[in-house]
Order: sequence, then structure tokens, then C-alpha cells
Amino acid sequence: MTLFIEQLFNGLQLGTMLFLMASGLTLVFGVMGLINLAHGSFYMVGAYATALVSAATGSFFVGLAAGITVAAVVGALVELIVVRRLYHRPHLDQVLATFALILIFSEGTRWLFGSSPLWLNPPEVLSGSVNLPGGLRYPIYRLVIIAVGIAVAVGMYFLISRTRLGMRIRAGESDREMIGALGVNIARLYTLVFAMGAALAGLAGAMVGALQSVQVGMGEPVLILAFVVIVIGGIGSIKGALYGAILVGVVDTLGRVFLPSFFGQFMSPSEAAGVGSAIAAMLIYILMAVILAFKPKGLFAAHD
Amino acid sequence: MKKLASVGLGLLMTAATATAQAEEVKIGMITTLSGGGSHLGVDVRDGFMLAIERSGRDDIEVLVQDDANRPDLARSLSNEFMQRDEVDILTGIIFSNLAMAVVPAAVRQGTFYISPNAGPSDLAGRMCHENYFNAAWQNNNLHEAMGAYMKTEGFERPLLLAPNYPAGTDALAGFKHRYEGEVVDEIYTQMGQTDYAAEIAQIRASDADSLFFFLPGGMGISFMKQWENSGVDIPLFGAAFSFDEIIIKAVGSAAVGTMNTSQWAYDLDNEANHAFVEAFREAYGRTPTLYASQGFDTANLILSALDKAHPDDQDAFREALREADFDSVRGEFRFGPNHHPIQDIYVREVVEGDDGQPTNRLVGIAVEDIQDIYHTQCEM
Repeated sequence: MTLFIEQLFNGLQLGTMLFLMASGLTLVFGVMGLINLAHGSFYMVGAYATALVSAATGSFFVGLAAGITVAAVVGALVELIVVRRLYHRPHLDQVLATFALILIFSEGTRWLFGSSPLWLNPPEVLSGSVNLPGGLRYPIYRLVIIAVGIAVAVGMYFLISRTRLGMRIRAGESDREMIGALGVNIARLYTLVFAMGAALAGLAGAMVGALQSVQVGMGEPVLILAFVVIVIGGIGSIKGALYGAILVGVVDTLGRVFLPSFFGQFMSPSEAAGVGSAIAAMLIYILMAVILAFKPKGLFAAHD
Repeated sequence: MKKLASVGLGLLMTAATATAQAEEVKIGMITTLSGGGSHLGVDVRDGFMLAIERSGRDDIEVLVQDDANRPDLARSLSNEFMQRDEVDILTGIIFSNLAMAVVPAAVRQGTFYISPNAGPSDLAGRMCHENYFNAAWQNNNLHEAMGAYMKTEGFERPLLLAPNYPAGTDALAGFKHRYEGEVVDEIYTQMGQTDYAAEIAQIRASDADSLFFFLPGGMGISFMKQWENSGVDIPLFGAAFSFDEIIIKAVGSAAVGTMNTSQWAYDLDNEANHAFVEAFREAYGRTPTLYASQGFDTANLILSALDKAHPDDQDAFREALREADFDSVRGEFRFGPNHHPIQDIYVREVVEGDDGQPTNRLVGIAVEDIQDIYHTQCEM
């Protein structure tokens, strides 16, 4: 039972991390109608900046702040220089251009910092584990990731529903020409939304980088999951991104753990692992297919 | 355009005849120089090049390419090496799934392949080939030795963890072959996985008294970092692949106290090894890993055979390789009938070094003269 609860926590942690990625992706798609494959690069940029600044200053938190800032700045620059020209182009052009950005970012990072991973460790105060009620021991750092993810989700909710900026974002989603006509500086709004999405991706990259390793191409596997999340949640919907991310995180984690042991009851361990992990790897795509079969626009479609 | 092409072709042909006349030897190295497993390939390459430099021979050309740990890329690089560059010898592959994609086709086409690392069971057994030599180990060797060591140390409920790919299944098969007892569970992970929270939870929930794991390269670093913060408190064991000098330095104090098995150690006492470790430190400014020692031995094996025959004379060159007439940095070294090593496997403990950083220290011999269990399936 504690095993099941611990795995739920792990799923929740993966989910909240995916939410940080997916919320930026879904906002950019919802507001600007842009498919941004380079979102994973901001994740990598955030992680690299955090690792480098943490190593230089000796403080993880200074590094984290730098990582988020650098990701936001890089995001704003990318919007100003490249992405701005893509809003009126067909989706295929956007995919091509942002895919080129992935290659440029990856090769550029490899060129600057080499291809071996950088090391980034969680800060001393957040290392180790705590006892949760019910006799469960859980790493503090992963709990912090969950808390940060929830805090960001709540913050996003207030930002979108209660502030002027959020009102403009919502207006931009439903009719972008009209809010331009009403005198809102739409170009600046787009840059801001894009940089915000990049900052959230940078935050995710920095936090996960400390748990794993910081290396070239670390963003792409996460990006694929984030796309699954926004398709399940409904493109353009922050609420959908949150529910989608937690659903994907929990299903993926539980599938990975319990499918092999399920097949292990009537197969040898290595066969069970093979079959189980193959099906576990497909599980979120099966989930996506089932959801799309009943709700073709995702769980919480922003546009009807 | 057409004219340009024909000039280019002409140049290429002159270049080809020029190399043929000089009796040069071309070695193509396909290895992993980028991504999470990059330090393995870098060390194999550096060890290999060190041996070539020390030999002072200028008639050997080594071409190095990065396979980025991708089987399809490794395959097309090997075709390029064989068809365009016409290399005599291929070497360098780190990961067994890449070796399986490249080696069988390469040796069938008459190119020699000398493995400095990957030693999948199939290539030692039913798919063995007269042009394939492994200068490192068969994949199971180090894991078998750890199985034997943990049995003698009295652990009764080990849990096993490895990625689901050829070397991962070989690792656990090897461990169980010599451990011979019951294991609590076997957990297989995805290749290249970076998050081990789910696996660590399973280990916590089990009643295992020890963990034997095989996670080479970046996977091992991620796992150990997450293990340190998980609060699970059972001793860790593994083969040297999860405890090379670079991994344990990245992991830090969490690695201290763990035990691992290796066919080589930098503090192994023999003359060839002293010279190697000193030269490597001088050339690259770091302590060599076992991968560097394997690259160094592979190059010296090739050099020893080149002294006797040119690879164009296939039978003579193969015979020269079989003799393994070189001073291995791991001490005694000879080939079994399937061209895989018969060698001693040592136990090392990770301790805090003089500089405060973790480092490996030789403890003793785990198994003497280990030979892979697949050689009986090999018909050459």
C-alpha cells in the first residue's frame, strides 16, 4: 500500500513537472496559434544556466533564479528574432522553423559546453528524505517539485482569471484581431506570453536537472510528453494542461511499475519486463487515443 | 558540374592507389562521444590513441566517428568506413545494442572487428566469428564475479536492477549464474532512463538486504544521485561500469562504501599498468577509467598483431591476434576459443581519496581465470 502511495507521489511529481512544460506550450498555441517544437530547448537552456551559475556561485537558488531569467530572455529573443515571423505562416512552416531552432540550440550548446553532462545537485537544505504520515519516506526535493508545480498552477489560474494581463491573454485566444483593434499592443503581449512560457520551461529544466543530469537534448523526450499532455487536456487550456499533465504523469509511472509485475505472474522476469515496459511505454498514447475518440478536442477544449 | 565530378573522382582514385602502395593500415573507430554515455567513448578513444602514439608508428591511420549511441548511425558509419575508406580493422563500439547492429555484418564482409568494450552474449556464443575479437570482457564476466563475491560475503536477498537491452539482460544472467541463490526481484528499466523514483520505491517496498545494479554511463549518475536522497539504506553492489572514476566523482560522497568488480584497477600492481596510468595522467590530466584501459589494451593487441602480419593477409593476422602477444595492463590475458578473454576479475571498494574525492581502491580477487559461459555454443 505504501508502495502504491509512493508511486502516486512519483506520478504526481512527474505530472507537475510536465505541467510546467505544457502550460507554456499550450498558452503559446492557444494565444498565438503557434506550434513551438523548440520549447524543449528552453528547458535545456534553463538547466544549463542553473548548473553553470550554481557552480560559479555555490548557491542553487541563485542558479535557479538565473536559469529562469536566462530562459525567459532567450525565449523573448527567439520570439523577437524568429517566431514573430511565423504567426501568419502555415503550421508546417512553424514546425520546420522551430525544429531548426532545436538543432541550433542543441549544436550550439554542444559547441559551447561540450557533450558531457554537467552536474547539478539539489541544495543541501532540500536533500535527504522525510517521513510522511503513514510511514512513507519520501525525498524532500521531489516534494518541493510537487509544491512548486502546484504553486505555479494556482498562480497561473489567478493570473489568467483575475488580472488584466490574463484578460488580454483570454481575449487573444478568442479573437486576436479584435483585441488589436481595441488598442492592446499585441506584439508586446505575444513576446510576454512567449517569454513566460520559456521561463516555466526553464524552471522545469532547472529543477529536474538537479535530480538527473544536465545534458544536450534533455528537453526533447519531455517535449513529446508535453505535447501528449496538451492534446489530452485540450489545446490552449491551462486547466486542461494541469489535468492532462497529472493524468499522464500518474498513468505513465503506475504503468511502468505495475505492468511488469502484472506480467511477471505468468512470465519470466526479463520477458515480463520486456512486454510490460513495451506496453507501459505505449500506455499514455493509448490513453490519448481513447480520450480523443470520445472527446476529439481534448478534455477541456479552449475553443469550441 | 560533370567535369568537377570527374576531377573529384580522379583525385579519389589517385588517393586510393597511393594508400594501397604505402601498405598503410587503416583503423575505423566508431564510438560514443556525445550524450549521456559519452565519457565511455572518450576514454576508450583516449586510451587507444595513447597506445598508438606510444608505439611511434606512422603507418597507422585511425579514423574516429561519433555514433551518438544510435544503432542506425553506427550502422551507416560502419558502411562508410568499409566501403569509402576501406578500413582494415573496425573497433570502438561502447554499447551492445550498437555492436549487434554493426559487428555481424562487418565481420561477414571480411573486416576485422576488435571490441574494446561491448561483449554481448550472442557474439561470444552462437554468432561468434573468426574475425571478431573482444579485448575487454564478455558482458557477463564482471557481473558473474560480483555474484560470486556477494555469495561468499553472505548476502541472502539481493535485488537486481538493469536496463532492458542486451548487456542488461546479460548482466543479470551473469550475476545469477554464479550467485546461484534466490533473488528477491529483478527490475528492468528503460535504456537511457533518467528518473528512477518508481524503481527506488519498489526497492524500498521489498525486503532485499542488498542491491546489485548495472546502469552504465549517465544512467548510473542519475540513479545514484536519486538513491542518496531516497533514504533507502541497503548496501550497493555492481560491476565497475556503474562505478568508474568519472561516475563516482560526479556522485560524490554517496558512492563511498560501495563495492564493484572490475577486470582492471588503476592501482593494480604491474609494470605495464604503472606506465599506462602515468602516461595517461600526463597526457590527459585525469585518472584513467577501465574504459581507457580497454582502449589502451585494444590498441596494443592490434599493434602486437601488426608487428607480425598485415590485415590483408587475413589468416596470418588472425593467428597473430589469437596469440595476444602483448603486455596487458590488467596483468595476465589470453583468449579462449571464441576470441573472448580468460582473465581474473578483481573487487574494488569506493573510498575517499587523498583529495577528498571518492576513488576506487583494489581489495582483492573475486574470481580467477573467468571464462564466459557461451564459448561452448561457439562453432568457428
